[in-house]
Amino acid sequence: MAKVKFETPDVRPYPVIPILKQDSMKGDGPFVAKPPMQAALGYPGELVDNWQEVAIEKMGDLLGKYRSLRVYLDSCVKCGACTDKCHYMQGTQDPKNMPVARQDLLRQVYRRYFTVAGKLFPKLVGAKDLTKDVLDDWYNYYHQCSQCRRCSVYCPYGIDTADISMAAREILDTVGKGQKYCNEIIGKVFKIGNNLGLPEPALRDTLEGIEEDIKDETGIDVRLPLDVEGADILLVTPSADFFAEPHVDGLIGYAKVFHQAGASWTVSSYASEAANFGMFIGSYENMREISLRIRKAAIDLKVKRIVFGECGHAWRVAYSFLNTLAGPFDFLDQRYPIPQHICEYTYDLIKQGKLQFDKSKNDDRRMTFHDSCNVARASRMGDIPGGQFVIPREVIKATCNHFYDMPSDTIHDQTYCCGGGGGLLTDDLMELRVKGALPRMEALKHVVETHGVTHIAAICAICKTQFLKTLPFYGFEMDQIISLHQLVGDALILDDKTDN
Amino acid sequence: MGFWTEFYALSFYLATLILLAGLAHKIYQYAKTPAPLKVPTMPAPLTQRGVVLRLLSEVIFFRSLFRANKWIWLFGMLFHGALWLVLMRHLRYFTEPVWTWVVLIQPIGQYASFAMMLGLVGLLVRRIVVERIRYISSPSDYLMLILLLVIGGSGMMMTFVAHTDIVQFKTFVLGVMSFDWQEIPTDSMLLIHLGAILLLMIIFPFSKLLHAPGVFFSPSRNQVDNSREKRHVAKWAIKQFETKQN
Repeated sequence: MAKVKFETPDVRPYPVIPILKQDSMKGDGPFVAKPPMQAALGYPGELVDNWQEVAIEKMGDLLGKYRSLRVYLDSCVKCGACTDKCHYMQGTQDPKNMPVARQDLLRQVYRRYFTVAGKLFPKLVGAKDLTKDVLDDWYNYYHQCSQCRRCSVYCPYGIDTADISMAAREILDTVGKGQKYCNEIIGKVFKIGNNLGLPEPALRDTLEGIEEDIKDETGIDVRLPLDVEGADILLVTPSADFFAEPHVDGLIGYAKVFHQAGASWTVSSYASEAANFGMFIGSYENMREISLRIRKAAIDLKVKRIVFGECGHAWRVAYSFLNTLAGPFDFLDQRYPIPQHICEYTYDLIKQGKLQFDKSKNDDRRMTFHDSCNVARASRMGDIPGGQFVIPREVIKATCNHFYDMPSDTIHDQTYCCGGGGGLLTDDLMELRVKGALPRMEALKHVVETHGVTHIAAICAICKTQFLKTLPFYGFEMDQIISLHQLVGDALILDDKTDN
Repeated sequence: MGFWTEFYALSFYLATLILLAGLAHKIYQYAKTPAPLKVPTMPAPLTQRGVVLRLLSEVIFFRSLFRANKWIWLFGMLFHGALWLVLMRHLRYFTEPVWTWVVLIQPIGQYASFAMMLGLVGLLVRRIVVERIRYISSPSDYLMLILLLVIGGSGMMMTFVAHTDIVQFKTFVLGVMSFDWQEIPTDSMLLIHLGAILLLMIIFPFSKLLHAPGVFFSPSRNQVDNSREKRHVAKWAIKQFETKQN
């Protein structure tokens, strides 16, 4: 599938609502998980014989467990408010990528099996039997949703397609049709501790290598400690930060901030991953398992605080769910937010005057900022609503002289997904990813043309990887995406702490 | 006692029963089903009071819809706002003596029906004309609007064109309410109007009209943003995971 040719959508000169192209993204969906990957997560290896029965039973189970699902499936009035809000809809024009139509794939089955109207008058209310075609549509189109929640912002009832696609993926996993990308990765976390499958020795090597790089560049000993018992702060960051640019430049930024603050901190090899793909597959159990690794690492290393690195959905799980899944965190220092985002941490230090910057170091960059969907619409930073929009921008403005926001209907809680979130950051979905990036690329193009913006900063490993891949499709360079903490690291004036 | 009197009196009891029992059942179901995770669409209020304001801004002003689409907002607002006025005006047929404020809003309520019809026609036209909305519409979505148009149209006919014997009708309504049946006027406009209303009451708890109670139970709108400060766990999650552990 990765080899299928497709055309990059044209950047639209002005905003228009696209005309529908029926079935333009119909297909088999992303690669299906192999039996061992399914087994590792407690799901059947392949489609079970009585899948129909199992799926309906699972749907009933979820309807009893999640009020969101029940209310959302009942309440939609088909008003159409969401129909033009999804980046995948805009980029692919497939009507089933309209949020309400995506929800309806599940809703039609809900109505048929769980409502009086759908049992008596299926045709009248658009109810449908769960056939193999419907199941295939579920697999295909629920893997064309990045769970970014943009539709839920505009829905008069707050219906969140993310919740519905999570439920659908949970049902698909339960009948034995899981997605390879997500489930393989969750398996790696259980086995090794992170999405990339970096074992402890490799991680130690990497961190030492980064220390040497910083020393070569700045002449200063900045440490990146691993598994240090008794450290104050446990840093939990996406494993991409250990691996490649532009992520690793963000990690260097965090390390420099910790260094300059004189903080005692450590990374854990056991919980060497902030990402939690359990959320993408809608699995409370798997999401909880992964979260508990962080709790265990915090207890074992006897830390007082937990700080999360730049990762969008990880921050959602951390901010909104960690206390629920792995709490209570009564053993941590209650004077600090539990957990805390690295941007909150850096911002606090800036406000306290503990960090000094040479902004001219970033003068070759004219910046804009991409609000990652899960940070923007599913979490918070700081102590005021909307702090998640303010704090990263304040940090950027403290570290560079040129900052310009993209158009107002594409930022803050109206931000567009990068096109690769929600467990879709896999090469077998490249066509979808490129097309889904369209609205963000249009907004970027706008500030490039009006303000001469050269770089876009993000605070999400998925966004960064996605932009790296998709920027060139739209005529940009791949290195135009950078980590927010790369700006911090590049401009931060470091003291040599070895003498103190 | 004429056939129509008996038919409408009995239908009135049946429809009221179905509406109330059906809604009570759905509301109970929504209230009993836990929301195991904190999922408010952010930015969200930090206090319960803030949540009340957020919900009011949705229920009264359709805030999210306003951000989404001005046309749908306009027609939706016209319809719902006018519907409230019209409904309040109709209290005069259920109370004796009629409350002063109901007397006072009578003319406003009467002319609000034009706004209500305009809203409904606007929504119907969009549903037919806009490709995206046509794609997501089922027969029931059109029929619901048509049913409301029939209710509004027949009511307006009686208000502005062919009056019914409203005094006799009120006697009928009060009779039904006090289980002391009185004759219903049998002009067709009235029978159509009432029949359509009874049908609407019956389908209410089985249809998308559940958006009315649903909006209050929507976790993305009714949750407080305090997940770091306050641990939020569902009973089933405690039962399934945490009791096993300890």
